[in-house]
Amino acid sequence: MTAPLLEIDGLEAWYGPAQALFGLSLTVGRGEAVALIGRNGAGKSTTLKAVMGLVRHRARRLSLGGADISGLPPHRVARRGVGYVPEDRRIFIDLTAEENLALARRPGRDGIDRWPPERLFALFPNLAELRGRRGDAMSGGEQQMLAVARALVGNPDLLLLDEPSEGVAPIIVEEMGAALRQLKADGLSLLLSEQNAALCEELCDRAYHIDQGALRWSGPMADARGIEDGTAE
Amino acid sequence: MTLDSLAFQMINGLASASGLFFVAAGLSIIFGVTRIVNMAHGAFYMLGLYLAVTLADRLPGPLGYWGGLLLAALAIGLLGAAVEILLLRRIYHVPELYQLVATFALALILNDAALWLWGPEDLLGPRAPGLKGSIELIGRRLPEYDVFLAIAGPAVLLGLHLLMKRTRFGRTVRAATQDREMVAALGINPALLFTAVFALGACLAGLGGALQTAREPANLSLDLAVLGDAFVVVVIGGMGSIPGAYVAAVLVALTKALCIALGTVDITGWAFNMSKLTLVAEFLVMALVLVLRPQGLFGRPHGAPARGQADEAPLRPLGASGRTLAGLALAAALAVPLLASAWAYAPVLALDMLVAVLFAASLHLVMGPGGMASFGHAAYFGLGAYGTALAATGLGLPTVPAFGVGILAAGAGALVFGWFCVRLEGVYLAMLTLAFAQIVWSVIFQWEEVTGGSNGLIGIWPDWPFDSRAGLYLAALAVTVAGLLMIRRLIHAPFGHALRAGRDARRRAEASGIDVAGIRWLAFLASGLLAGAAGGLYAFAKGSISPETLAVGRSIDALVMVLLGGLSSPAGPVLGAGAFTLLQDMVMRETAYWRALLGALILALVLLFPGGIAGGLSRLAARWSPAR
Repeated sequence: MTAPLLEIDGLEAWYGPAQALFGLSLTVGRGEAVALIGRNGAGKSTTLKAVMGLVRHRARRLSLGGADISGLPPHRVARRGVGYVPEDRRIFIDLTAEENLALARRPGRDGIDRWPPERLFALFPNLAELRGRRGDAMSGGEQQMLAVARALVGNPDLLLLDEPSEGVAPIIVEEMGAALRQLKADGLSLLLSEQNAALCEELCDRAYHIDQGALRWSGPMADARGIEDGTAE
Repeated sequence: MTLDSLAFQMINGLASASGLFFVAAGLSIIFGVTRIVNMAHGAFYMLGLYLAVTLADRLPGPLGYWGGLLLAALAIGLLGAAVEILLLRRIYHVPELYQLVATFALALILNDAALWLWGPEDLLGPRAPGLKGSIELIGRRLPEYDVFLAIAGPAVLLGLHLLMKRTRFGRTVRAATQDREMVAALGINPALLFTAVFALGACLAGLGGALQTAREPANLSLDLAVLGDAFVVVVIGGMGSIPGAYVAAVLVALTKALCIALGTVDITGWAFNMSKLTLVAEFLVMALVLVLRPQGLFGRPHGAPARGQADEAPLRPLGASGRTLAGLALAAALAVPLLASAWAYAPVLALDMLVAVLFAASLHLVMGPGGMASFGHAAYFGLGAYGTALAATGLGLPTVPAFGVGILAAGAGALVFGWFCVRLEGVYLAMLTLAFAQIVWSVIFQWEEVTGGSNGLIGIWPDWPFDSRAGLYLAALAVTVAGLLMIRRLIHAPFGHALRAGRDARRRAEASGIDVAGIRWLAFLASGLLAGAAGGLYAFAKGSISPETLAVGRSIDALVMVLLGGLSSPAGPVLGAGAFTLLQDMVMRETAYWRALLGALILALVLLFPGGIAGGLSRLAARWSPAR
């Protein structure tokens, strides 16, 4: 078995003086989709933010493709090939969709841009029509598509998605699920925090259940049903 | 008023508006991305002007002149980059208030640098080659240079607009203005962006100054004057909006031009010189805008304010050891008059200290527990001083009632200004307090018949039993101790709890039924009354006062005292004021470069000892007390 793309061991994180993660360990393999499940406030978002370098953290090991990324500032993590889709989308509302994408576009680590507009708009057909629209004139679902597209044009190897189905219409959730499955099929690694069980089951290989900042359970996605509410074995 | 005199003033106004716009636009862009209000921005403008005058003088020919102007602006841009790398990077994470005073400290240092480089005399640059003449317009001759400047403003506005809309840099700046963290998460190095933005903002200010070369002489008071004007413009236009800055600059400049053009008007038989209103006019426009549209004409509504002080421990009344220390300090203060025979200066210095302690404590009440950084507390100090002095000399009231009049005058000022101020937060509040203080200053400066104008008032002496040094000192001690006890009572009462709740979480406090604005207004009033008392004592202690009594410098001194002592402890202002007065007396009087010294002291405080003296002492006490 090849070494995993993302390796986390003993991850701790803090907001100010308050500790939010207490020694979390997980891995994401190349081309694998992994779900973080758990209640609100369990530490799913914090885990993603810590990988991205957006919260103060410490870990025995936090590495990407074998190289240590612990303590790197966010822009360095991004340049190592990590794409981030934040929880509330955080689209730049003063900028048009096209400007949002232009800002984020950078070639991959191999110098190749694998996400020319044609490929991007094939994945998200709606975005092609929205190119000139400002961020504040978009619906939640449109913003969510744009947030994923914005992460993709940075040509990441690993995509961190924080609640990609939150607050968007069911039809958009389905489109999003299809797009993410396509990305996985193309070989991208995904780590997502998600509360939509259906989306996870269709997409993910494995799951980690996080509660109160610590790991409670990990296993194949197929066994994860009922883990959260304690009805599983 | 004639139409052509109005047109003349309008062109003149538009020319001034351009200079103001450059500074305000720079201030606005920097604030948008870095969230720092650069108090040194006026200093960049001033240095740009000095540098341009020097270069335009030295370099030959028209090319030398215009090249010199551009070189000066670029040099200020480089200076800005250096400042960002050396100073600002260290203060991005500290509370807003510390950022404000740190950049103000930088302004002080830059001012002394200009004094050292160019001397105290005003410097007038050469006339602009090619633009020395004037243009005939509606029968009036307009200076060509003014017309050029009036056009330069919109031209730079257009240039900035294209830069922001059409370039990658502009896109990044707009994105970062909204969400810096997300910009970084997309792989953009924020450090480089911040440096570039700060350099651009500084360059704009430098350009604004450099373009004034042929219009006004470079002098050392320009930095604060321009800063005040730029604040007004940014607040009116809306923080972060470049078109807003231009519209506001034009609005302010035209309001002033209109006041001058109107000249003396006759209002119901009372001749009133409108041109005297120019200093006040811009602040009135700002106050109006802030009341009607707090985010400014083109600004976005600002969201929940950033917390002023991070993770402050709850206040506790003094313990037994603290009470003993306070008692010892009081006994020592009571014994000061006994020293007079050995050291005649002791009661004088001690009286200065008492005035400073009371003033700093009044500021601390609104700043510490209140969480409102007032950059214009000199207004209430000055109102107290002038109220007392006018009552004593003009009305001939005895000492005690005159003192009371002073306190009431300050209270009235705090009541009116406070009503506006408590509705704002953070830097907006700081700017509005500064603006109100400038209004009071300019009214007192210009109202010669009553206040004596720049000469001030003299012969303010207290009557018996306060006419001896010891008598006045002991009375001042009584007033100061009473003031401190009042503050102590206030902050440990439910009122104080509500005040701090409003500071730490305004929405939550309001949701639990606290009238945060009302509580803050009361705190502002109490603080104004105490500052007025300090001002009254000052007037009697000095015997004469002048507009200098309530100049910006006094507000800043008080801020430094509070920060020096430590913001989080009620004992802070006492320690800070004492230490500051001693320092001022012993060190700063000895050097022509006291501003730079003060600036260095402030920077050291912000960078090395953010807890101040009280914070340092309590950390020491915690280390030495037995482990819990």
